[in-house]
Amino acid sequence: MRVAVPQLVLRLAFLGIVTVLVQVSAITQIELFGTNADLVPLVIAAVGLLAGSLSGACFGFFVGLFLDLALVQTVGLSSLVYVGIGYGAGRFRELRDPQSALVPLAVGAAATALATVGYSLMQFLLGVDAPVSFLLARDILATILLNAVLATPIYAGVRRMLLSALPEDPRRRRRRAYTTGGLSPLSRA
Amino acid sequence: MYDKTVRRRRAVLGLLVASSLILLTAYFGESAGGGLHAIQRGVLDVVSPVQEGASRVLKPVRDLFGWAGDTLDAKAELKGARRERDALRQQLVQTQAKLRESAQLKDQELLNQVHDLSDNAPVRARVIGKDPNLWFDQVTIDQGTTAGVRRNQAVVNGQGLVGRVTFVTASTAIVTLITNHTTKIGGTVSESGVEGLVGVEQGHPTDLVLDSLSGKDQLSAGQIVVTSGTTSNVGLYPSPYPRDIPIGRVTSVQDPGTDDQQAHLTPFADLRRLDLVEVLTKPDVRSR
Repeated sequence: MRVAVPQLVLRLAFLGIVTVLVQVSAITQIELFGTNADLVPLVIAAVGLLAGSLSGACFGFFVGLFLDLALVQTVGLSSLVYVGIGYGAGRFRELRDPQSALVPLAVGAAATALATVGYSLMQFLLGVDAPVSFLLARDILATILLNAVLATPIYAGVRRMLLSALPEDPRRRRRRAYTTGGLSPLSRA
Repeated sequence: MYDKTVRRRRAVLGLLVASSLILLTAYFGESAGGGLHAIQRGVLDVVSPVQEGASRVLKPVRDLFGWAGDTLDAKAELKGARRERDALRQQLVQTQAKLRESAQLKDQELLNQVHDLSDNAPVRARVIGKDPNLWFDQVTIDQGTTAGVRRNQAVVNGQGLVGRVTFVTASTAIVTLITNHTTKIGGTVSESGVEGLVGVEQGHPTDLVLDSLSGKDQLSAGQIVVTSGTTSNVGLYPSPYPRDIPIGRVTSVQDPGTDDQQAHLTPFADLRRLDLVEVLTKPDVRSR
């Protein structure tokens, strides 16, 4: 089966642009439980889980870069954080190949925690003079919880968008062969 | 093959991290007119209209979530507002009670001054219990023998005569009101000086009657009836009530011009809403 790489790249580019625009234009203006959801780490983690570590890292880098450019922030900062998230989610899938339905939720929460804490840490390292307050910790926790709730539907949406363009996973093919006796479920019917 | 894949993955990761760090360093190192800042301005120029359009398109969604958030906030605020309202209501009740008490005290002070009741050693008392039945004719007050209260002492409030003490303990006393059926008070029409006895109309416990009048006595509605006090110079039958304490106002005259004529009175004191009263603990030494 041929890998539809250009198609995947196009879809990822579209997904990245839409994610950043929706995040910047709408999501940041919607306050729930005193905080805002952050779709970007969720989408990057979902891409990493679905497309692997390389795709996840590249997607994270470019989405972070676009975000920094669009928001006139320190260029490279978000990229650095999101590269780690995309790569980590991809490696988790490559090493563990988790099948549980709770994986997107757990990975989404972990990605959000990494993004918020990592971003705050980078800001402190770069000399942003802000006190580490209870308010900041509460905000981070609230964002993680809110994102955990959103993680599963976001993962489902990203999966639906990318599924037809994703390369065939050899392990998934092997697993299917094991459960169906080497035949495609369609061919058995 | 596997090594190649691993090497490739690590190389790409290293490249991306290095790119990020280079971008970071370059961005910090350059001035506001530098290349990265220029790119940022360019991206902002391109993205802004898109962002504006997206913002407008997504406004209903934003409003929907905003409405949900506002509703939750409003619920939280409602709780606080209710607590505040309860506290303010409590304050209002207390303030109104104080105002009412203040008005009563003012009236009482005025009565004391006008009728010179200070000689009667008035003891201020609060009504702490009331007779709940329809034939409402006695109340309990919070002063007793320790404050000098004794049986048959007159009780007044700022509006006029209330009754007399009929039972006393150390700290409380029972006051029988002027609307009790046993009441007989020497009364005088303040305008004409006509004298009679004030009692209660049979079957109408809130209606006072002035009788024991002669046919010559001129009475009319609106006249004020006050206590007569002790009328004997001998002092054998002292009245428990000091003289000139307002009792009530004449509302009608029955059989006028005859020896059986009676004047019906409405008491000045609002006996259903008694709160502060004064017990006149010393008998009236004055006489007519």
